[in-house]
Amino acid sequence: MHVFRFAGPIFAGLLLAAPAFAEEPQVKISNFAFTPQNLTVKPGTTVTFENDDDIPHLVVATDGSFRSKALDTGDKYAFTFSKPGDFAYFCGLHPHMQGKITVGP
Amino acid sequence: MSHHHHDDHDETGISRRHALECMLWAGTGVLWTLAGGVPVSLNMLGEAQAAEALSSGFTFLQISDSHIGFDKAANPHASDTLKEAMAKIQALAQKPSFLIHTGDITHLSKAEQFDNAAQIIGGAGFDVHYVPGEHDLVDEANGMAYLDRYGKNTKGAGYYSFDQQGVHFVGLVNVVNLKAGGLGNLGAEQLAWLADDLKAISDSTPVVVFAHIPLWAVYEQWGWGTDDGAQVLAMLKRFGSVTILNGHIHQIMQKVEGNVTFHTARSTAFPQPVPGTAPSPGPMTVPPGELRKLLGVTSVAVQQGKSELAIIDSTLAGA
Repeated sequence: MHVFRFAGPIFAGLLLAAPAFAEEPQVKISNFAFTPQNLTVKPGTTVTFENDDDIPHLVVATDGSFRSKALDTGDKYAFTFSKPGDFAYFCGLHPHMQGKITVGP
Repeated sequence: MSHHHHDDHDETGISRRHALECMLWAGTGVLWTLAGGVPVSLNMLGEAQAAEALSSGFTFLQISDSHIGFDKAANPHASDTLKEAMAKIQALAQKPSFLIHTGDITHLSKAEQFDNAAQIIGGAGFDVHYVPGEHDLVDEANGMAYLDRYGKNTKGAGYYSFDQQGVHFVGLVNVVNLKAGGLGNLGAEQLAWLADDLKAISDSTPVVVFAHIPLWAVYEQWGWGTDDGAQVLAMLKRFGSVTILNGHIHQIMQKVEGNVTFHTARSTAFPQPVPGTAPSPGPMTVPPGELRKLLGVTSVAVQQGKSELAIIDSTLAGA
């Protein structure tokens, strides 16, 4: 993380206005859903899942390529997607919750 | 829809099915027993008759979804409400022979949560038969935390059977190997074991099956069902009395189909919304005075000479 000497709100505004340039895209988990449900990233991107629900969730790749620990409220899980492809995943505790990360150039 | 060969109407002319539906939506559950094979609600029988109906045979208690470790808005004190539930059980005039816990003992499978739950539940001095919920199998050792404590004499992820006073009990595990988009799952190995286990049991032996996730499709959009549950029901078809006890949904749902009674119990930790009334099935926060009306335990009575079991739900609020 860089250290910025400029006023915080200005930089925060820049960050919020330009999510497409975020180096660490986030998937929020809340209301028993992954948001965004479908996310496209470039190879080598680290995606961070954050649980905002008041119940634990567990991120599991359908093909077994990644699996988080049980994430309580506020817990995060980061995974770096090096290989291109479609990576469907679901919640190991509530399997009706599903999402997908598409990794491509 | 249930096909019942008995008269569906009680003394007031309200059909039992209608009353059942109303009670389901109100979340108050069903208080009924069977006298002479005909379902009658307990308060219709009168207290003295009800006491007599339960005086022969034995009772056991179902508790569920204690979620020790949960501390969010819906109930910051899950340990306390579990203690209240156990105190209520200990205060019963008719002591249960044992307890069945239908899973989600802990909230996150942590050692201290298992220990705390064991202290509160075990401290009451009853035998307890457990099956795990999905919250009990998220330790780093993939379910060993649960099996270390409750896996003795069980198979696979913790399934088993036992007999008590003429009733055959089967504990199933349907919270392992869950598939994307799927519901609960038993798996071929467990189903094969069950088929073999039931071989020696006569058709007239009452059978009680308990598992965490409902074995029937309560609400598939929220994952409230078991993908291969129908195979269990097929195996149970020949028995004259089948009772299926589940948890997971933190509210009472009950139905009767032929000789099979399905029942889900309330949680002792927090309520969840009635299907279709909320965007998701998570913990439901209610006004402080209302919480204990939505938490509770279930008493199940086996009566000598009666094949159906009497199921009585009560809340922590005293009703």
